Amino acid sequence: MTGSFRRERVTWRFFLCSLTLMLLLPLLVHGQVDTFEFDTPEQQARFRQLSNELRCPMCQNTNLTGSTGGVAEDLRREVHRMIMAGMSNEEIEQFMFERYGDFIFYRPRLRAETVLLWFGPLIFLIIGGLVAYSIWRRAKASEQAKTGLDATERERLEALLRRES
Amino acid sequence: MSAIIQRWKLFIPVLAFVALSALLWRGLYLDTSELPSMLIDKPMPAFELTTVEGEPVSIDDLPGEMFLLNVWGSYCLPCLVEHPTFMRLSEEGEIPVVGVNYRDRKDLAQEWLEDNGDPFAFSILDESGRLGIDLGVYGAPETYLVDANGVIRYRHVSVLDENVWQQEFIPAITELRSESQ
Repeated sequence: MTGSFRRERVTWRFFLCSLTLMLLLPLLVHGQVDTFEFDTPEQQARFRQLSNELRCPMCQNTNLTGSTGGVAEDLRREVHRMIMAGMSNEEIEQFMFERYGDFIFYRPRLRAETVLLWFGPLIFLIIGGLVAYSIWRRAKASEQAKTGLDATERERLEALLRRES
Repeated sequence: MSAIIQRWKLFIPVLAFVALSALLWRGLYLDTSELPSMLIDKPMPAFELTTVEGEPVSIDDLPGEMFLLNVWGSYCLPCLVEHPTFMRLSEEGEIPVVGVNYRDRKDLAQEWLEDNGDPFAFSILDESGRLGIDLGVYGAPETYLVDANGVIRYRHVSVLDENVWQQEFIPAITELRSESQ
């Protein structure tokens, strides 16, 4: 009796251990291994952020962090160099823009060429809202037209119905 | 009158649908792998490097006339495909071709030129890819058309074969030549 109980506990412990290990496994996978050195954690954080938000021009749809492409490697090195040279994020982004254009940004800048990209969805939402509103108003109007009663008459009707029930 | 307008209003959603479909349909066939170059109408970026042979080379050594700048590497198979075009251009003396040996090794680059022939006036050795970044290169092969004033006027990404030469470069070169006269 106790034997089977113990065995069960051992199985449980084994299960929990393997589950924990399995859940920890993704931590080992880290895209590209950073071999860059930084003076401050703040510089490292900026490097992470920039490499995550800059897109690899060769292997599209991956950022600099996740890409093994040659250009991505060079651009990561450049980002590191510029951070260590004391350049601001804006200056680094400008550097990238002058060479690779809007494409390099996963979060494009707000410019005349990108206005539609930024506000297009909002425009569609407004159009959709207006259409929905006009449909709702028409439905309401036709409902009113069907009974031919105004607000006070409807109130009286409702009161009468309530008394009935 | 208003009834006619009312009836026309019914077609607005259909028209909107057709317009949106046309837009998205076109989007399906856009080539997103070829990005527009930011360097068009900008001067050639400065550099201080060596040639594949080891001679020092800078922006001042570039030809004083219109020339092609071809980004290549010994590891790059498409470069081998477009190689005969550059060989012909250099043999016929149609236009000078300068190479940028991009992210390659010096010895491998020299070997490649020996094996396949060297169509380049000289090849700039860009081992680190730094000149490539200044040019906005994202992978070999790429070819730039630079005018007599050292201003980049056209870029072609991927293989430059005889077709591309006839259809893209000859019109661009003809236009630039007529412009400068």
